[in-house]
Amino acid sequence: MKRYEMIIVGAGPAGLSAAIEAAALGMDVAVFDENARPGGQLFKQIHKFFGSKEHHAKERGFRIGEDLLKQAEETGVHVFLNATVMGIYDEKEVMVKMDGQVVHYKADTVIIATGAAENMIPFKGWDTPGVIGAGAAQALMNLQGVMPGKRVLMVGSGNVGLVVSFQLLQAGCEVAAVIDAAPRIGGYGVHASKVARTGVPFMTRHTVVEALGTDRVEGAVIAEVDSHFQPIPGTEKTLDVDTICIAVGLSPMSQLADSAGCQMEFAPRRGGNVPVVDEFGETSVRGVYCAGDVAGIEEASSAMLLGRISAAHAAVSLGYLDQESFDQRVSSYHASLGQLREGMFAPQNRGRTDITQTDEGFAISQSLLAHGYVTEEELKAFPAAATGKKGIHPVIECTQNIPCDPCQDACKFGCIKVGSNITKLPVVDPDHTCSGCGMCVACCSGQAIFLVDETYEPGFATVGIPYEFVPYPEPGSKGTALDRSGAPVCEAEVISCKAARAMDKTALLTMKVPVEFASTARFYQA
Amino acid sequence: MRIEQHPIIETYQKGREVSFVFDGQQITGCEGESIAAALHAAGVMTHRYTARQHKPRGIFCAIGRCTDCVMIVNGQPNVRTCITPLEQGMVVQTQYGVQTQEEWEADHE
Repeated sequence: MKRYEMIIVGAGPAGLSAAIEAAALGMDVAVFDENARPGGQLFKQIHKFFGSKEHHAKERGFRIGEDLLKQAEETGVHVFLNATVMGIYDEKEVMVKMDGQVVHYKADTVIIATGAAENMIPFKGWDTPGVIGAGAAQALMNLQGVMPGKRVLMVGSGNVGLVVSFQLLQAGCEVAAVIDAAPRIGGYGVHASKVARTGVPFMTRHTVVEALGTDRVEGAVIAEVDSHFQPIPGTEKTLDVDTICIAVGLSPMSQLADSAGCQMEFAPRRGGNVPVVDEFGETSVRGVYCAGDVAGIEEASSAMLLGRISAAHAAVSLGYLDQESFDQRVSSYHASLGQLREGMFAPQNRGRTDITQTDEGFAISQSLLAHGYVTEEELKAFPAAATGKKGIHPVIECTQNIPCDPCQDACKFGCIKVGSNITKLPVVDPDHTCSGCGMCVACCSGQAIFLVDETYEPGFATVGIPYEFVPYPEPGSKGTALDRSGAPVCEAEVISCKAARAMDKTALLTMKVPVEFASTARFYQA
Repeated sequence: MRIEQHPIIETYQKGREVSFVFDGQQITGCEGESIAAALHAAGVMTHRYTARQHKPRGIFCAIGRCTDCVMIVNGQPNVRTCITPLEQGMVVQTQYGVQTQEEWEADHE
């Protein structure tokens, strides 16, 4: 029986990071993944990630995936694809199905990094072709280059629903609405805002009750729900859509850990039935670890750190790392993980509705939670979003404490400060002059930074917005400026639309609008 | 419908144009893309009909987990089309229960 010092199940962000960590320390590592391509769900992620530089912030998910694969190759990790782990037995015997055969391996340590599966909700016609998971929409449009549908209803406003809605727009689909049964939008406000400003309506306290059509979706019936999430009769509305996309959360795929004898617990905040793990991800079975979504739903950035922590612990247990180096290494990983677990969206705050102020004491926008955009009135509480200055300057409409700080590194003139606590809201330093380069606009993973110049021409201002759609409008072309809710407000003339290489495909679109719309116009429609 | 131009993705990992047969009809797709993607691009939504209630099913998870998209590929039933790469000359058939339409109709006469 072939033996490895570490066997990892799953080649997603957690599994690959664990493999790289262990292999770099000299361990003989094998990774098994049932899919034909490695990377888990990373290659479907085309948006810029949050966090800090060490968490690969402002890098797009698929680039992080490419980087992990490269590192795995360099460190000599053995990655087996189309290889399904069927069970983990006594003495860490791992049974794998590959090439139509069952092969047994022996491991000294095992890391289960099987990730999560999408949740579904039952409704009339939910099995009709055209009702798909959000992950399926991503697979079709971002991996296969095929539009999932022409007009889509998004069910669920967590980060997955919001990110996928934006990606649908980028792929050229229409999004009829984003609905959520909860009374508030579940994901980051900035993700919602970039969808809302294109004109997509958000409907909280709404659910889907029926998919119309027999052989394919020909419409969706939605209805308002009461406080027990039950549809209220008489509130039904029919939406003209050909696709219903479901993004109602993830559940850990922890069956393998369960069957391996790991002690399990039901932990709703971690997504359901999960293995009991210690601070290093070790389960009740010594030498068997669970890392990433399988042990509790979080972001890919956290999964990468959790993988490294488990691998380092396995390495010290096998003598590949001395205790002192281990302590050093893992305390820095834990600190880095701690940064991601701060703020109002932190795992410990999941489901809380009593957070009404930011850490700075500013009132959290209720419009943002209900409709996906902050009103102009609410924005007045946020100093970084202030307009009315002379010359070009950044306007930062970042109003929730989320773990993210690329904006402070983006400005080489030091205009923007977040500080070491990366969930703090950015501050615009009035003593530094903005050059109008647009790097902050492109670096903000939430697309919440705008460049405004109210003294551009008498009577006219320019507004620079992040723009990730094609084709880029030509300079001189005229269109409509939309406000944060996606409503048309005035005519806009495009001054320029370009993305320098360092901006990584987030273009700075600068449009000229009447000066009274400088603090209103936030999107351009050709 | 295929995405002609994308603001972020420069190229999709897929090969040359190939032709395959879907329920007796010649269709083109790209080598290496999933069979499901090629069918979706051609407007095909129904991959199979369920055995008992004869209800249509199509792509649902697209990552090989839910098995809703299984079809008969080169004579073999229950092939997960969302994770099976398309090859030139493949013969893809709508699956009825676990049978072809002809077999199913013969059994249900």
